[in-house]
Amino acid sequence: MTAPADPDRTRHPDGEVIVRFEDVTKTFVTGPAKARREVVAVDGVSLEIRRGEIFGVIGYSGAGKSTLVRLINGLEPITSGSLTVNGFEVAGRKETELAPVRQEIGMIFQQFNLFTSRTVAGNVEYPLKRAGWPKDKRRARVAELLEFVGLSGRAGNYPEQLSGGQKQRVGIARALATSPKLLLADESTSALDPDTTQEVLQVLQRVNRELGITIVLITHEMDVVRAIADHVAVMQDGKVVEHGSTVDIFARPRTGTARRFVSSVLHSVPDEREVERLRRAHHGRLVIVDVGDGVDIGGVLSDGAARGVRFTIAYGGISVLQEESFGSLTFELIGEDTAVQDVVDELSRITTLREVAA
Amino acid sequence: MNDWTVLGPELLSALGQTLYMVAVTLLLAGLLGLLVGVGLYVTRRGNILEHRAVHEAINLVVNFVRPIPFIILLAALGPVTEDVVGTRLGPNAAIFAMTIGAMFAVARIVEQNLMSVDPGVVEAARSMGVSRGRIITTVILPEALGPLVLGYTFLVIGITDMSAMAGAIGAGGLGDFALRLGYQRFNDEVTWAAVAVIVVLVQLVQLVGNRMARRILRR
Ligand SMILES: Nc1ncnc2c1ncn2[C@@H]1O[C@H](COP(=O)(O)OP(=O)(O)OP(=O)(O)O)[C@@H](O)[C@H]1O
Ligand SMILES: [Mg+2]
Repeated sequence: MTAPADPDRTRHPDGEVIVRFEDVTKTFVTGPAKARREVVAVDGVSLEIRRGEIFGVIGYSGAGKSTLVRLINGLEPITSGSLTVNGFEVAGRKETELAPVRQEIGMIFQQFNLFTSRTVAGNVEYPLKRAGWPKDKRRARVAELLEFVGLSGRAGNYPEQLSGGQKQRVGIARALATSPKLLLADESTSALDPDTTQEVLQVLQRVNRELGITIVLITHEMDVVRAIADHVAVMQDGKVVEHGSTVDIFARPRTGTARRFVSSVLHSVPDEREVERLRRAHHGRLVIVDVGDGVDIGGVLSDGAARGVRFTIAYGGISVLQEESFGSLTFELIGEDTAVQDVVDELSRITTLREVAA
Repeated sequence: MNDWTVLGPELLSALGQTLYMVAVTLLLAGLLGLLVGVGLYVTRRGNILEHRAVHEAINLVVNFVRPIPFIILLAALGPVTEDVVGTRLGPNAAIFAMTIGAMFAVARIVEQNLMSVDPGVVEAARSMGVSRGRIITTVILPEALGPLVLGYTFLVIGITDMSAMAGAIGAGGLGDFALRLGYQRFNDEVTWAAVAVIVVLVQLVQLVGNRMARRILRR
């Protein structure tokens, strides 16, 4: 296939910006003339997506994720702001002017959107036909792509004869046919079961690592982000409320939305119900501390123990993501008040600490 | 008793006239109706060539012509037929009127069948940078082909029905045969002979249409 990208650069993208949103807004006008209603689906978004990365976009239903990706290839025109792909301004373009940009951008969909009137091979061949490839080259390319997604034996099947995971792999092969630089994946695993999701995510990861293709990955599942995204933007009400490296967002979510997404996969912080239960079971001072590499909580606790402060671990979890460990632990501290206070002060000094109200 | 040595050949030539009129009308109305139907579909709200005014204009014409009973359309079109075909009488004049009458029905059938195409596949093609004209010919029409074939099959029956009235302008055909030699002479046997031929004809068309659609739909 195309020359494999430098794997190091792929993992730590410092490549040039491939997609740049500058204060992009998308407003839909709906309803009859008398009762016009405006929906601001994307609201003042500024983002940079760099070559070689897998860029996750997460948010609840209606947050504007699909709209955001559909702006990138101009399926929806932006209302205001500036949006460039490979330096090409997408804003204000006519459908015909967008054709060359779109040929550089592949797209896969939640419902796969395969042509039911064409075979697996026919689906993958379709964009090549439109791009005017000669027949023998098309055939070789289709074979190569089906091999890449592991569906060589299925060339002659029709979409309805395939499982969901297989359909999505055909979708991926079709999207890659004309060697795009960028792949847009809108909820590409949301119609799939957990095992099949992993299978498709692995293919996407290979697309990124082996072919060096930048991927914008829309999802409402934090598991998907955790599995393969390098960067993630959290969307809410059309705005990007938080973005950063996946490790950063997982280790230090700042907004409530991000925290809820993180806790949907990492159950390391007790929620309100669990706090209530903890309060009933523990009568000492309850504190929640973030743990991570280089945070010496054990040292502080041993010092406390020397002054008669006992502790119990009441709740918590630690995970490793891309070689960094993070998580949080909830301790009950029992002992003489000033000694306990010293332990709490010392913990606050080395990490983030939250107290569970009595 | 009927003398079928005389009636037989007449029935056969009536069948030939009907087949000719139906086949040519199917071709012309099929093509023109396809164009109008595609026009209706693509200009609809949210579709690839969304255009409210154009859509409404086509819609108006379709809705204007469709409810006119064919026998009235046949008469009303007289002057236009004369301009276009050169005569108001005979099979070609009938074909002209039938084409006008049928193409708007075809347009509706086409529009409705195209609406069943998953917008997702159109979106997929757009995302590849395929032009809108190409999307119509290489995505929308192929994806709707199965139901379209069934729609056209259904249409054959309607056109056959129209052709029965063509006798009114001297175009002959099975309808004319049944009316002139059967009904007007109180000769039920002759009427029913024509009916039987029409039934067999329609059955055959339906059979072929169903087979083709099944093949396309792989069921
Ligand atoms: N074509 C449209 N016309 C009008 N409103 C729209 C249109 N597309 C999206 N919207 C509105 O924009 C908002 C964002 O929708 P969008 O589909 O981008 O959300 P999403 O984050 O992808 O949600 P989901 O997770 O459910 O797919 C919603 O309020 C939606 O109703
Ligand atoms: Mg969506």
